[in-house]
Amino acid sequence: MRIRVNGRERSESAGLTLAQVVAGVTDAVGGVAAAVNENVVPRSRWDTTTLGDGDRVEILTAVQGG
Amino acid sequence: MPEHRTTADSTTAGTTDTATAAGTATTAQPGAEPLTIGGSTFGSRLIMGTGGAPSLEILRSALLASGTELTTVAMRRLDPGTQGSVLSVLERLGIRVLPNTAGCYTAGEAVLTAQLAREALGTDLVKLEVIADERTLLPDPVETLDAAETLVDDGFTVLPYTSDDPVLARKLEDVGCAAVMPLGSPIGSGLGIRNPHNFQLITERAGVPVILDAGAGTASDVALAMELGCDAVMLASAVTRAQHPALMATAMRHAVQAGRCAWQAGRIPRRHFAEASSPVGGVADLDPERPAFR
Repeated sequence: MRIRVNGRERSESAGLTLAQVVAGVTDAVGGVAAAVNENVVPRSRWDTTTLGDGDRVEILTAVQGG
Repeated sequence: MPEHRTTADSTTAGTTDTATAAGTATTAQPGAEPLTIGGSTFGSRLIMGTGGAPSLEILRSALLASGTELTTVAMRRLDPGTQGSVLSVLERLGIRVLPNTAGCYTAGEAVLTAQLAREALGTDLVKLEVIADERTLLPDPVETLDAAETLVDDGFTVLPYTSDDPVLARKLEDVGCAAVMPLGSPIGSGLGIRNPHNFQLITERAGVPVILDAGAGTASDVALAMELGCDAVMLASAVTRAQHPALMATAMRHAVQAGRCAWQAGRIPRRHFAEASSPVGGVADLDPERPAFR
């Protein structure tokens, strides 16, 4: 299946969880949030959120600004 | 352990003893009374931004000098290559984080960004920014009001960046915003407060804190905001892009306090002609033709 993570498309095998995707980007335990298809997924549900073909994942953190 | 104590923390209700050791004052200094936004109280009336600082170390020293207890961050895609974190700087200084929705052009984008910020940072505070135009970064009033209403309903403490329009400020308050943050002039312009009269109209009737947002270039702009009745000032570029950020942060801290004292003190009315400050009567009857040298 193909998914987009922070705007970048990639091929993944079925069964991939949001927790695995986030772990591939950062090992930070705090300060990070994720949305799948424009819906916020709380950290407590990352393990049980399985991604599907065409899903768009956004992983955000706080940066200098404002 | 935070590196600086807060004024609010050191305030002890009911204590009037003034003979306390330095650093343990029991009441806030004039002009430095705590600021309450929503349910949160802050010992400083200066809200800082973190954008524009050349390094985290320079940012750290500027934030420390400013005395701020509330500071904004932006939400962006996580970049695995980033070194150091603005969050760890704020945490070390004991400063509360105020996520913004900078970069959003619609209410929908801003609401999702705020929800992500709440999830990431564990705070209900949000500085709502919905801009309409890339060149001026001016706020979109319709989208801002729409997003504000949605976020208030969703339990957020909303601090909206808004134009200096008194009507819009009132409407934002009416939908439940915890403060209003009118711009003095465009973000990063350093043009100060372009319409002081509008600020006065806003502060005179607001029932929530009014916070100057955007446009401050130097300390006098900040003092003017407070003299016009603002409850606080938010700034970033004026400090982070100054030649000496920590020194400018010190100036801003004093300007907030000085301006607030001046506002509380009640300034004299402006007059067209002079009003003598020395007695008019009792002047000696001297010869006007008398030479100055003899």
